[in-house]
Amino acid sequence: MLREIVVIVLIFGGAIFMALAGLGMLRMPDLFLRMSSSAKAGTLGAGLILMGAAVHFNDFGIYTRAFAIIVFLLLTAPVAAHMIGRAAHFDGVPLWKGTVQDDLKGHYRASTHALESSTIPENDCPATDEDEIPDNSEFDR
Amino acid sequence: MSLFLLNILLAIAWAALTGSFQPLDLLFGFLLGYLVLWLGTRMGTPPQYFRKISLVLGLLGVFLLDLLRANIRMAILILSPRMKLRPAVVAVPLVLKSKSAIVLLINLITLTPGTLSLDITTDQSVMFVHTVYLEDPEQFKQQLLTGYEKRLQELFEG
Repeated sequence: MLREIVVIVLIFGGAIFMALAGLGMLRMPDLFLRMSSSAKAGTLGAGLILMGAAVHFNDFGIYTRAFAIIVFLLLTAPVAAHMIGRAAHFDGVPLWKGTVQDDLKGHYRASTHALESSTIPENDCPATDEDEIPDNSEFDR
Repeated sequence: MSLFLLNILLAIAWAALTGSFQPLDLLFGFLLGYLVLWLGTRMGTPPQYFRKISLVLGLLGVFLLDLLRANIRMAILILSPRMKLRPAVVAVPLVLKSKSAIVLLINLITLTPGTLSLDITTDQSVMFVHTVYLEDPEQFKQQLLTGYEKRLQELFEG
C-alpha cells in the first residue's frame, strides 16, 4: 500500500514536470529560453518516472538499470543542450528582444568556428538572421 | 581511486561471505569496507579518498536539491500568466583547469536553476552561460563561482 503511494507520487510528479516543460516550450519567446525549460524538466521527469517504475517492480536488477539510465541521462542531456545552444548562437538564431545582455556576441570566428576569449573583428563574425526575429508581441510590456 | 575500487571489492567480498547479494547487504559491506580502509590507512599519510567521498556526497546532495528547486522555479515561471523574464548571456571566467571538472561543471550548470551553459572558449578560460533572469551580472558570476566551482576545484584539484 505504502509502496503504491510512493509509485503514484513519483510517476505523477514526473509526468507533471514533463507536461510543464512542454507548456514552457510553447510559452517561451526564444530558442534559448525554450531549451532552459526543456533540458532540466526532461531529466527530472524521466528520472522520477524511472524511479517510480523501479519501486513498482521492486527488483534489484530493475533498480540497477533504472539507476544506470538516470546517470546516463544526467551525463548526456546537458551535452545535447549545450551543442544545440552553441550551434544556434553560432548560426545567428536571434535572441528575444527582452534579452538584457549578450556577452557571446562577437566571440565566434566565422572562418574557423572557434570561440575565442578575445573579441573578433567585425568582418569575421557570423551574421545574425535579422529577418527572422520571432513575433513575441505577447511578451511586450 | 584505487582505494575506491578496493572498497567495492570489499563490499563484494562481504556479500559473497554472507551469501546474499541484496542491495542492503552490498551497501552494508561497502560501509564496513570503508571503515576497515579508514582504520587501515589511518597510520600512514591520510589519503584523499576519505575526504573525497564526503565531497562527492555533499556535491550530489546539493545538486539533487538544486535540480528539484530548478524545476519548481521553472514550473512556477511557466505557469505564471505574465512570465518574469530578463534573459541574458553572461561571460563567466573559468577558474577550473582540469577538463573533466569543466565538463562536470557545465553539466551541473545546465541542470540547475534557470541557467544553461552555451559554450566555452577554445583556450578554456571563459564560459558563456544563458540565464532566464539576470539581476546583477557580478552577483550572478559570484554565485556560480562560489557554488559548484569551489566544490569541484576541491574535488579535482585539491
